[in-house]
Amino acid sequence: MNKLLSKLALAATVALAPLAMTGAAVADGHEKLKYVLVSHAPDSDSWWNTIKNGIALAGDQMGVDVEYRNPPTGDLADMARIIEQASASGPNGIITTLADFDVLSGPIKAAVDQGINVIIMNSGTPEQTRDVGALMFVGQPEYDAGYAAGLRAKGDGVESFVCVNHVISNTVVGERCRGFADGLGVDLGDSMIDSGQDPAEIKNRVIAYLTANPETDAILTLGPTSADPTILAVEEMGISGDIYFGTFDLGTEIVKAIKSDVINWGIDQQPFLQAYLPVVILANYDRYGVLPGNNINSGPGFVTKDALGKVEEFAGEFR
Amino acid sequence: MSDTANSDERVKEMSGLRRALIRPELGGIVGTIAVFTFFALFAFDSGMFNAQGVMNWSIVSAQFMIIAVGACLLMIAGEFDLSVGSMIGFAGMMIAILGVTLGFPIWLAIIITFVTCTLIGGLNGLIVVKTGLPSFIVTLAFLFILRGFTIFLPQTIERKTIIGGIREAAEGDWLAPLFGGKIGGSIFQWMGDNGIIAVFERGTRKGQPVVDGIPMLIVWAILLVLFGHFLLTKTRFGNWIFAAGGDAQAARYVGVPVNRVKILMFMFTAFCATVFATCQVMEFGSAGADRGLLKEFEAIIAVVIGGALLTGGYGSVLGAALGALIFGVVQQGLFFAGVESSLFRVFLGVILLLAVILNTYIRRLITGER
Repeated sequence: MNKLLSKLALAATVALAPLAMTGAAVADGHEKLKYVLVSHAPDSDSWWNTIKNGIALAGDQMGVDVEYRNPPTGDLADMARIIEQASASGPNGIITTLADFDVLSGPIKAAVDQGINVIIMNSGTPEQTRDVGALMFVGQPEYDAGYAAGLRAKGDGVESFVCVNHVISNTVVGERCRGFADGLGVDLGDSMIDSGQDPAEIKNRVIAYLTANPETDAILTLGPTSADPTILAVEEMGISGDIYFGTFDLGTEIVKAIKSDVINWGIDQQPFLQAYLPVVILANYDRYGVLPGNNINSGPGFVTKDALGKVEEFAGEFR
Repeated sequence: MSDTANSDERVKEMSGLRRALIRPELGGIVGTIAVFTFFALFAFDSGMFNAQGVMNWSIVSAQFMIIAVGACLLMIAGEFDLSVGSMIGFAGMMIAILGVTLGFPIWLAIIITFVTCTLIGGLNGLIVVKTGLPSFIVTLAFLFILRGFTIFLPQTIERKTIIGGIREAAEGDWLAPLFGGKIGGSIFQWMGDNGIIAVFERGTRKGQPVVDGIPMLIVWAILLVLFGHFLLTKTRFGNWIFAAGGDAQAARYVGVPVNRVKILMFMFTAFCATVFATCQVMEFGSAGADRGLLKEFEAIIAVVIGGALLTGGYGSVLGAALGALIFGVVQQGLFFAGVESSLFRVFLGVILLLAVILNTYIRRLITGER
């Protein structure tokens, strides 16, 4: 049986060898720079595919290695360990989200103090970014984006809404709902529902809420994970196109729904830029010492039916 | 009449080598050696074996160990607890709500949480024992009940699902450092000063070593493993645990208080989960509704890798600890080796399968069953 074990170990070793070798390569005379991107997203969150494509493209273009790491279940305590692990492996820079300041600030500060350049992307605020000593923040200020969307909806005559939150544990994303409520000038109250991550559950919870609260004017979803099942829900209830429907982020289904007037608008935070720019910035900073002087807002941009060409072509890939 | 004692027909002769080989921990020992050899070959210069790297996988392994000890003893006693992960989330949230929202002193919050969670564990056990239902179902129910409360309570009270500020509330508390503190700081400072381990290069912690002490989490893990091992192998109660899991009815006939043993083991499992949760909230300073997700399976996997039998009556705490070590080293080591992180589950499955096959073979050698 020991023989069997060692044989299998050998097989795994052979299968792994090419993966382990890539670290040693050198490109165009430069020592190959190595960066790690740590996200807070569980494996099930498809939105982060755009991020993976973004860092792959930037890595190719800049001639650097970029690895993607995430906690499989989305547990932020596990994410803190992954950042500690990334620091221990001694990369030139770390790109990470700041989904929960309490949990992540310690490991991020330790990485900065160890001499690793850090860029915060996607989640976090400019203040928190300064506080942990990161170089800059690349992302969409969530409250402001929600507020802008709320103002827009108010202009369209919306008075009440339901916010379908599939990442209830992520306080930063929850700010979108709060901003939207403030923009509308209504109290958030019980308007935010915890939908969970499972499509069938999300769909049925939305149906249940809209059945119990038929006077609801608008739906706000916080990403493809909650938007896709919600599209099915409004179609099943026969109110698609009738109920005001806005969403954060884009995806294949969302684009289709914008095209067919089910969704009024999508707020694009342009994740591609959040992944692509930090890699480019870090590489140029390490090579030539140049650094942009401010944080970069990658969003919000409202995507409506009028401007769908490029979005449709690259939805789910780079958009 | 020493001759008769030596040739007692009830005592089987066995060579020393064979006895040394056929231990429940053998699978775990072989696995540990294999895993370390593998990563020494493929990730040696990746930082995995410098001070920071060692601390990284040690902490993750220690986390697994803490819940694996409880799960191991419970499994040997013939029961499962699927509510471990939810219990971790619930216990952490309880400390946060009591200590931060309601402003209790942290030591009181911790003690109340330990008492409540251990009692919930006891309730789990009581229901299993009284109804005769499989613990699989009963604890599955508690998996949902506890997780539900963990999301509901903070949302109703604080309108959010993460409660922070625990580190500030625990400032100067006498009990909190027992879970969130670090020991041996001066030794690490000395090692940093003498260039044995790396030090911070800039910032407010310049000159301090990158590893500044052994977290209490690891101390708890070691203490719990030693306690569990002693309880199981050196005490009468340990024999009762084996008997209760092996054949509960036979155990009752010979006077083992099976119900009491099982309920106590459920309580111990809940206690271990609470230790895990307390260390976590003290270190990170916040409790979140999604903490501990799927940890019950990770505990069971560590225990099974460590050679315990799913049906009870057989196993070893040391084996479970080695299982937790393998689990932690593989999980973090794959990151160091630069393997795509989505492949982690593939490796986990392969290791689990290999371990179970190896362990089954060893167990047949020991027990002589076919």
